[in-house]
Amino acid sequence: MFKKILIANRGEIACRVIKTARKMGIATVALYSDADRNALHVKMADEAVHIGPAPANQSYIVIENVMKAIRETGAEAVHPGYGFLSENPKFAEALAAEGVAFIGPPKGAIEAMGDKITSKKIAQEANVSTVPGYMGLIEDADEAVKISRQIGYPVMIKASAGGGGKGMRIAWSDEEAREGFQSSKNEAASSFGDDRIFIEKFVTQPRHIEIQVLADGHGNAVYLHERECSIQRRNQKVIEEAPSPFLDEATRKAMGEQSVALAQAVGYTSAGTVEFIVDGDRNFYFLEMNTRLQVEHPVTELITGIDLVEQMIRVAAGEALSFKQSDLKINGWAIESRLYAEDPYRNFLPSIGRLSRYRPPEEVAEAARVVRNDTGVYEGGEISMYYDPMIAKLCTWAPDRGLAIEEMRVALDRFELEGIGHNLPFLSAVMDHPKFISGDMTTAFIAEEYPDGFDGVALDLPSMKRVAAACAAMYRVGEIRRSRISGRMDNHERLVGEDWVVSVGDQEFVTSISADKSGSTVAVDGEAFRVESDWVPGQSLAILQVNGAPIVLKVEKRTSGFRVRTRGADLRVYVRTPRQAELSKHMIEKVAPDTSKMLLCPMPGLIVSMNVAEGDEVQEGQALCVVEAMKMENILRAERKATVSKVHAAAGDSLAVDEIIIEFE
Amino acid sequence: MRDILQQLEERRDTARLGGGQKRIDAQHSKGKLTARERIELLLDEESFEEFDMFVSHRCTDFGMEENKPSGDGVITGWGTVNGRMVYVFSQDFTVFGGSLSETHAQKICKIMDMAVQNGAPVIGLNDSGGARIQEGVASLAGYAEVFKRNILASGVVPQISVIMGPCAGGAVYSPAMTDFIFMVRDTSYMFVTGPDVVKTVTNEVVTAEELGGASTHTKKSSVADGAFENDVEALTEVRRLIDFLPQNNREKAPVRPFFDDVQRVEDSLDTLIPENPNAPYDMKELIHKVADEGDFYEIQEDFAKNILTGFIRLEGSTIGVVANQPMVLAGCLDIDSSRKAARFVRFCDAFEIPILTLVDVPGFLPGTSQEYGGVIKHGAKLLFAYGEATVPKVTVITRKAYGGAYDVMSSKHLRGDFNYAWPTAEVAVMGAKGATEILYRSELGDAEKIAGRTKDYEDRFANPFVAAERGFIDEVIMPHSTRRRVCKAFASLRGKFLKNPWKKHDNIPL
Repeated sequence: MFKKILIANRGEIACRVIKTARKMGIATVALYSDADRNALHVKMADEAVHIGPAPANQSYIVIENVMKAIRETGAEAVHPGYGFLSENPKFAEALAAEGVAFIGPPKGAIEAMGDKITSKKIAQEANVSTVPGYMGLIEDADEAVKISRQIGYPVMIKASAGGGGKGMRIAWSDEEAREGFQSSKNEAASSFGDDRIFIEKFVTQPRHIEIQVLADGHGNAVYLHERECSIQRRNQKVIEEAPSPFLDEATRKAMGEQSVALAQAVGYTSAGTVEFIVDGDRNFYFLEMNTRLQVEHPVTELITGIDLVEQMIRVAAGEALSFKQSDLKINGWAIESRLYAEDPYRNFLPSIGRLSRYRPPEEVAEAARVVRNDTGVYEGGEISMYYDPMIAKLCTWAPDRGLAIEEMRVALDRFELEGIGHNLPFLSAVMDHPKFISGDMTTAFIAEEYPDGFDGVALDLPSMKRVAAACAAMYRVGEIRRSRISGRMDNHERLVGEDWVVSVGDQEFVTSISADKSGSTVAVDGEAFRVESDWVPGQSLAILQVNGAPIVLKVEKRTSGFRVRTRGADLRVYVRTPRQAELSKHMIEKVAPDTSKMLLCPMPGLIVSMNVAEGDEVQEGQALCVVEAMKMENILRAERKATVSKVHAAAGDSLAVDEIIIEFE
Repeated sequence: MRDILQQLEERRDTARLGGGQKRIDAQHSKGKLTARERIELLLDEESFEEFDMFVSHRCTDFGMEENKPSGDGVITGWGTVNGRMVYVFSQDFTVFGGSLSETHAQKICKIMDMAVQNGAPVIGLNDSGGARIQEGVASLAGYAEVFKRNILASGVVPQISVIMGPCAGGAVYSPAMTDFIFMVRDTSYMFVTGPDVVKTVTNEVVTAEELGGASTHTKKSSVADGAFENDVEALTEVRRLIDFLPQNNREKAPVRPFFDDVQRVEDSLDTLIPENPNAPYDMKELIHKVADEGDFYEIQEDFAKNILTGFIRLEGSTIGVVANQPMVLAGCLDIDSSRKAARFVRFCDAFEIPILTLVDVPGFLPGTSQEYGGVIKHGAKLLFAYGEATVPKVTVITRKAYGGAYDVMSSKHLRGDFNYAWPTAEVAVMGAKGATEILYRSELGDAEKIAGRTKDYEDRFANPFVAAERGFIDEVIMPHSTRRRVCKAFASLRGKFLKNPWKKHDNIPL
């Protein structure tokens, strides 16, 4: 076995590999760019080598720099993680040239699978099911109809040079095929100057399901079942699970066996993933093979009990797999939520900055539940603009899907993340979405269910009542503490009452609290809720039992109440005495003032950079320009989505306070 | 006998109606509460004890003798806020527009005298059209009586003004002399002369809101210390402030049971200071992470944002915080920030509230507008305030402490009790670049040489150790242990006794 390996990656995957290496008694070498000097993977590794400036194309993916680090540290093998150099045959070649083991597949397999057309050909030859289609050029509409019939409707008519939906038509009949061919051809000619057209089967109700394979250098290859990755946003996976709620045993076996056949056909070793698209009738078609460890590999590990990184290292060291296909059973259900530094309320705009608070839920590995969090960040760390915006991969496992989802709901509620925009509320929302709960989803889930983006979750009435009961009890604890301040007039202390009017969003509830030693019973509009918790004021996470069921609230103290976040909802909760509530009715609801459609210079300073031009559409939170004042660079951001109508200043201009920088339409 | 008791109840009922239901409804329709409702929300339930319910005016001119409502447009008395005594007056806009008469003023004066005598804060809820014109000079005399008491009570008991309606003309000068002024957005305004007079005299056209609304006074003039959305929020937040303040200048600030850990370590503070020395960071994060339960009551949040002022608690005890904010103007000192912080420091010193100072200051803001505006004297206010303060003073330098601004920010030399620095601190006359450009002017053409000189200067001075070697910094501390170190420092200062030389009063450069 290797004594020392180098991890040619960063972030959570570098940390993930280091953990297994450490378990196996292998020393680790981390790489870091200028931006990652204080990164978690650097702290965790036994050694760390500086590899260059922040941009990855000047550091992590510069093969020569990585080779230099290998020579300096004497690492015997390299784990590439995912992305960066993981599927770069030149890197595999460079390692081979210096006798360093690559913890991944052979160069030939990377090359074969790296090309879309070649890989599809190889797959077809290996009898792997591929999307039926006609790759040749189509002369005219009649031929298009003929081919479409052969494939079977619906079909997709696509421009060879196409992209972004241009020159693409879906046809369900001869008529539509004829029309579609003509319009695709015209559009392709005008858009790309290339009117070549091809036709393939249009997969309806598509799901993205992939098979994990593992092969050694001794001719053994197995599949570790599937992962369902249909919850995607613009081809970026968001939530994955294993197994898939959709596959039956026969389909699973067929997909698995074809995947193994493909792996063997290309002489594959190490861990790899064969991606399929599966239609509503469980027909599956090969998409591509990823010749590396996948981001979502933990869900497979959780249902099979196999440490994939360990297996990759063992295979790279020449060991044979110690298990057979028949040993690989599916145990329970695992779900992964990817936490991204993307603000769901601002159209998932990437958010960068300092993690002023980062407290993931406690990791547990028990017989009936597992919570696992793969991350590369820590509280006080920075999410930089240079790399992937993924913060963490939160995984839960339980004996069945329903329980795994429930574990995930609680784990998401317990995840404390502040300082940047992030998609936690969105992940929570999906966990409560009826279609996700029933397992009835396609790759279009997010686009179809959230067509206008995401603007938070509205709790149902029973949930609101539970929140109201919890908040009344918590607020009362705070008020009792306040009444115990020093300097009180003896015998004239404030008596904290039992009756409170709680408003959660627009809903108002009349509550009455009767507290005892172990908690309190809160009547909410006459309905009794038993609230038990050891929450005390100042704690940002309230873990309560309401009627015996756990509820987790993120709470921030606000005037007469709290800001409460739970299950994807972000609520302003008021807790008032009946008299306060009565008098509050006189208060006039204020409409937010129409902030003017200009960006004013907030301080006297120098424009360092202007990031937008006239006519640009900007998203809320987008950086518009940078103003330097007192040698400090301040980034000015858009307050809302808008279109730039006029730019008044350019880089290098000195501006006074309140001078107009940008006007919006 | 029963009749007499009945009569009292009837008189009370009449008094409680103030200017009558119609005017009460009018007040409500504007989103304003009545004077009595406001008192109810300000004080603990059922705790209000009223004075002078039956006082009425003595004016006989302009038919005033026909209309003599009980209470005369102001409700006065005392009650408790979380069990602690406060005196309160609340002007009743439904009675003669809350205008101030001789007797109205006498009612206010009575509770102010009692407050000073018995050592409890005075809270004024202002909602008044101004002087009672029918009374003429008697009304002006009434104002002056109130002013005089504001002055004499200053520094003896905390005085808080909440502007909940109009407050114009001479009336503004009573709140102006209190410790804190809060305003209610959209329903309150303060000015010496109103929009009509402004138009006549200067031809300026301006609305009451623009001239003296909450936004104007919290952002531009700094007359007000905070603004709230409505009456209910304002009164609730004043209760929160009262929980921080001592009853008077003979008592320590109150201590509240706390649920935080004195030993709490915040590892994330080790990375608060960005790698790039010119990159800003949010000083509020440090305040929140040091404070008990992250609770910070900010004063003048919207004015001179390059300095932060407000109250926190450490181990349940009130601490005043002054902190440079690198997010705004790099946290430099200027006219506005100096004035803002100086007044806050003097309030803390007057009422025996210990002061925590968090320093990241690159110096004073240069420029003609600053010099012409008198930054010398305004900056001196903060220097003076810190120097004369005898309360426990703990300072933490997180990054820059350059030049004269270093001296100003509660330095050891101004009798700082504990002066801590993070390892990232740079205590120096100025930044390395500026320093080398002056010291090596002749080498300015040679970029390489200058870079070397700058590096030398950085290595020598861009650290806390030169100051620590001289004892100007008591200890260099780890950022993650700031809360523990600061709590311990203040704990050790609980018995601090320090007196300035006797003087009639000092002559701070006003």
